[in-house]
Amino acid sequence: MHGEGFFFQAFVYLAAAVISVPIAKRMGLGSVLGYLIAGFIIGPFGLKLIGTEGQDVMHFAEFGVVMMLFLIGLELEPSLLWRLRGPILGMGGLQVLITTAVISSIGVVLGLTFQTALAIGMILSLSSTAIVLQTLNEKGLISTDAGQSSFSVLLFQDIAVIPMFAVLPLLAVNTAGSPADSASARQGTSWVEGLPGWGHALAVAVVISVIIIIGLYLVRPFFRSVARTRIRELFTATALLLVIGIALLMSKVGLSPALGTFLAGVVLANSEYRHELEGDIEPFKGLLLGLFFISVGSSIDFGIISANPGLAGMLVGGLIFIKLVILLMLGRVFNMGSDQNLLFAFALAQGGEFAFVLFSFAVQNNVMSTGLANPLIGAVALSMALTPLLLLVNERLVQPRFGTKEEESGEADSIDEVNPVIIAGFGSFGSIIGRLLRANGVGITVLDVDSDKVELLRKLGLKVFYGNAARHDLLHAAGAEKAKLLVLAMDDYKNILEIVHITKKHFPHLRIFARAAGRSQAYELLDAGVDHVYRETLDTSLRAGVDVLRDLGFRSHQAHRAMKTFRYHDEESVNTLRHLRHDHKTYISHARQRIEDLEQLLLSELRDAEEHHDTGWDTSTMREEIGGSGEKEQKGI
Amino acid sequence: MKTYKNSIFILFAHPALQKSRVNKQLIRYVRDIEGVTFHDLYEEYPDFHIHVAREQQLVVKHDIIVFHHPLFWFSVPALLKEWMDLVLQHMWAYGYKGMALKGKKLLSVISTGGRESLFQEKGYNRHTIAEFLYPIAQTARVCGMDYLPPFVVHGTHTITKEEIARNGEDYRKIITGLRDGTIDLELARTLPRLNSDTDSILGMQEK
Repeated sequence: MHGEGFFFQAFVYLAAAVISVPIAKRMGLGSVLGYLIAGFIIGPFGLKLIGTEGQDVMHFAEFGVVMMLFLIGLELEPSLLWRLRGPILGMGGLQVLITTAVISSIGVVLGLTFQTALAIGMILSLSSTAIVLQTLNEKGLISTDAGQSSFSVLLFQDIAVIPMFAVLPLLAVNTAGSPADSASARQGTSWVEGLPGWGHALAVAVVISVIIIIGLYLVRPFFRSVARTRIRELFTATALLLVIGIALLMSKVGLSPALGTFLAGVVLANSEYRHELEGDIEPFKGLLLGLFFISVGSSIDFGIISANPGLAGMLVGGLIFIKLVILLMLGRVFNMGSDQNLLFAFALAQGGEFAFVLFSFAVQNNVMSTGLANPLIGAVALSMALTPLLLLVNERLVQPRFGTKEEESGEADSIDEVNPVIIAGFGSFGSIIGRLLRANGVGITVLDVDSDKVELLRKLGLKVFYGNAARHDLLHAAGAEKAKLLVLAMDDYKNILEIVHITKKHFPHLRIFARAAGRSQAYELLDAGVDHVYRETLDTSLRAGVDVLRDLGFRSHQAHRAMKTFRYHDEESVNTLRHLRHDHKTYISHARQRIEDLEQLLLSELRDAEEHHDTGWDTSTMREEIGGSGEKEQKGI
Repeated sequence: MKTYKNSIFILFAHPALQKSRVNKQLIRYVRDIEGVTFHDLYEEYPDFHIHVAREQQLVVKHDIIVFHHPLFWFSVPALLKEWMDLVLQHMWAYGYKGMALKGKKLLSVISTGGRESLFQEKGYNRHTIAEFLYPIAQTARVCGMDYLPPFVVHGTHTITKEEIARNGEDYRKIITGLRDGTIDLELARTLPRLNSDTDSILGMQEK
């Protein structure tokens, strides 16, 4: 034992993370790889600062995955989930089935019994939700076609884990063991133990309904009463209680806790406490996931690998190769662009964290021997560790050759002039700006993460760079040094804020024009040093307001002028109220902040009601002066 | 900061300055003079939504107001007319309580496409520039302002670069002279244009 106690352990883990992650990030490797390397360094095969207890840490840290799925659920409104049902069932189902079939066949060919081969096939068909989603998120690729498809497949896999737990005991080769402890092996005692099949199904249905009912009807009033206490940590405690409670409930009926919290997240996606919950759970998720990655890194058994490097290499290489080929074919079948397809395949070509649990579960149920399972576990861990590297290889080596180029390979006649404007994000918002500029002969350089779009725009002759503008080197390549201004038109606010910070640091001369969803984002962006902020709904809602006024009988010009006056005061108030916000010393929640902002706004409008009164072309005072009737025209019509 | 006898507010109205030959040059001679506030109306209010209170505050702060614009259909460009309609309010600019402009001076600085010979009783336009400017002159009167003879640059379609430059110099001299109070206004009022004989009204006619 190297540890003198809990604090020493914590110190080792934290120090490893704090040192290696920034280095990995600076080298462009991403945080996941940083954690994995940290784990390897402190692990039994590195500095030996932690021993085999890394395994226990891993089981604990798996809870980070549970939290991550809760957060993903929060971002996913039920309607979006419903829209994704095709990819989830189609793509996810096919991926699991085909991969299972292929790997099982190979196992049979290699002389394993059918049962064992099938178990291995099923377990290895899973990919790592934690690593894939974390990495894609970090690269800002989650909203692309490949990102969404990866997410769908991972979601299906998480669901597929449940029947796998049910099926594995049936595959026992040697029935002399104890097949009875089916689902219980994972989480200790289970309520559904010994129940007949229909009873189990009923219990599952009841628990899922309970989660939905809690999410829909009980959580809000409960959170409201907690929020009223104004004690920050109590809210955090409640959020944790919710997640842990659901996880516990799910495992009691033998379901995946991750799936349960995901469900709870989806149910709460529309609630007003969504941002609150996100903010509270996020740091825990981040820490636990980091811990999880570190423990994966430390658990890679280099003893086995060094004992038989050829076998280990074959296993890892074979696993990645088989999954890669199947995913590439799937992407082709589902009409993915070549680039997205590559990303999708490289992202998912690894084993998953559930494999660790499932393999030990399989051994317990006599489906396979430890001697068989251990090298496979090692291969899965290694393939997970290789994923961020594989994605880098794809990004730097494969895609530039076969997919969309990051930079347009300058055709002979293309003069590499520097455009004055860089537009990051060419969606509905950015494309309108870009079209207006081009219609007026202003050169634009576009940055976008959607490779299909990038291909199209390049065909049309635009100067387009492929990738996330939060990368300093990409901005540099796009000519940020010589450009005059940068338009941030993505709908991903966090990404925008990140780019603002990077631009302010590396290209301070660029004037920044940024899109914001609402006032609070506008405040933050202005505070971060953005020159101009555009609230995306402001002009549309004002136009709607004008039409409402006109429909009520206001003259067109009158309604239009009223709108203009209102708009002016509204823009002014962004500046005044922004500074007022800083006077708050105490913490208040996001939702509360929005209400307070609105209150300030309405109050100031009441105070300055006179300013909204249109004095143009008003002859009442004139008539008064020359002795005519002094009454004003009726306001409005 | 140095204080001058008169502060000057140039209200410049040109809807398409990017296409301008003359006015684009003229404003270069005056926009940075100390004691002069240059106010580009079409740049400030491209949507014609004039901020009345702000404009009134600006006007009050100055002693001499200049309307600088090309002559469109013998009148001011639309935005300058909108400015007059909205900013020169009753009870502020005129009426028994409207004293904000009283005692200030108003000067029109105008460019016309037509040559000077067209602006005569017998000419194609049948009236002199001063006659076309009666609405402005009367507006100034109603607001208690002193309307000066206009500064006019004629024949902008055929004018040469040298002539534009000379007009620019005159414009600068006159604005500076108005600022410092060195212009012989008695003499100026006898001339058809403020820039008919710039050197004389500035008292330096050693030609």
